[in-house]
Amino acid sequence: MTYSFQDIKEAIQIQFSADVIVAENTAFMQPQLTVTKGSLKDICFFLRDDARFFFDQLSCLTALDNGVEKNTLEIIYHLYSIPFNLFFILKVETERGDGKEALPEIPSITDVWRTADWHEREAFDMYGIKFAGHPDLRRILLPADWEGYPLRKDYTEQEFYHGIKVAY
Amino acid sequence: MSLLDHKFGQGGIVVSQLEDVLNWARLSSLFPMSFGLACCAIEMMQTFASGYDLDRFGVIPRPSPRQSDVMIIAGTVTFKMADRIRRLYEQMPEPRYVISMGSCSNCGGPYWEHGYHVVKGVDRIVPVDIYVPGCPPRPEALIGGFLKLQEKIRKETLVAPKAVERFLSNHKSDQVI
Repeated sequence: MTYSFQDIKEAIQIQFSADVIVAENTAFMQPQLTVTKGSLKDICFFLRDDARFFFDQLSCLTALDNGVEKNTLEIIYHLYSIPFNLFFILKVETERGDGKEALPEIPSITDVWRTADWHEREAFDMYGIKFAGHPDLRRILLPADWEGYPLRKDYTEQEFYHGIKVAY
Repeated sequence: MSLLDHKFGQGGIVVSQLEDVLNWARLSSLFPMSFGLACCAIEMMQTFASGYDLDRFGVIPRPSPRQSDVMIIAGTVTFKMADRIRRLYEQMPEPRYVISMGSCSNCGGPYWEHGYHVVKGVDRIVPVDIYVPGCPPRPEALIGGFLKLQEKIRKETLVAPKAVERFLSNHKSDQVI
């Protein structure tokens, strides 16, 4: 049998408890489940190892900035089960921090899926999210001495980079 | 110099100016550095390939900046690449020329407003001789750029330009020696 979004959600509720789930959004074609930061890694391990689901692939890991007013960042995990052809979307919400010294911290899931390594580096590069436990967290696209995180809503580009004017 | 081959029948002696011979040699063997940055590089490769055959102008890509005369900036120049481009340019022997190919390297192109990562014109990091417009320019346009560069080299001169001569003569009286 194939498992629906509700089935997987209930399985998580039974395995852990009801309060690991913060919110769910079934309005879209791809329903999403928001979970707490602390339980994320355990839920990932559970979804990967459980014989009913076997989510052996992390298709995508990305982030989303909800802006200064809401003051939240979301990290989105797209899971796929190759043997059972199942899809599932996990989400985690966190505070934004100021994007300079104070950066939000999220547990890294690189030891669940190694794919997450470069994805998390990209999310760090663009949004300034620290992934605790990541083996090699540094910028992946931008130069190492770049200032700021460009995909944040309140990002302003620096005036000069290595003596070159940045603005048009 | 295009009439050079007609003169060989006259006793094997050709009278010309040294400058003309040097310029003719330079403009007839413009070796570009083989190096592309974005989609413009695809058009550049087309231009090198048999269809448009830049080889007939003496343009043969070289694998090292130390063997090259021309640098074609074919594509978007990011800030991460800017340092590398500057270094590659400095590794080229003089006389060296730069062709800026396409809108991105001319002025930032579509990235001019929101491209935080794009250098808004490669002339901010290296001096540019020829700008080839287009997004990306067709192979004909790049060939046109090379022809323009050849024209430019043909007019080059070893002696100081008139303005520099005037400047030097004005300052002679100030000199102590």
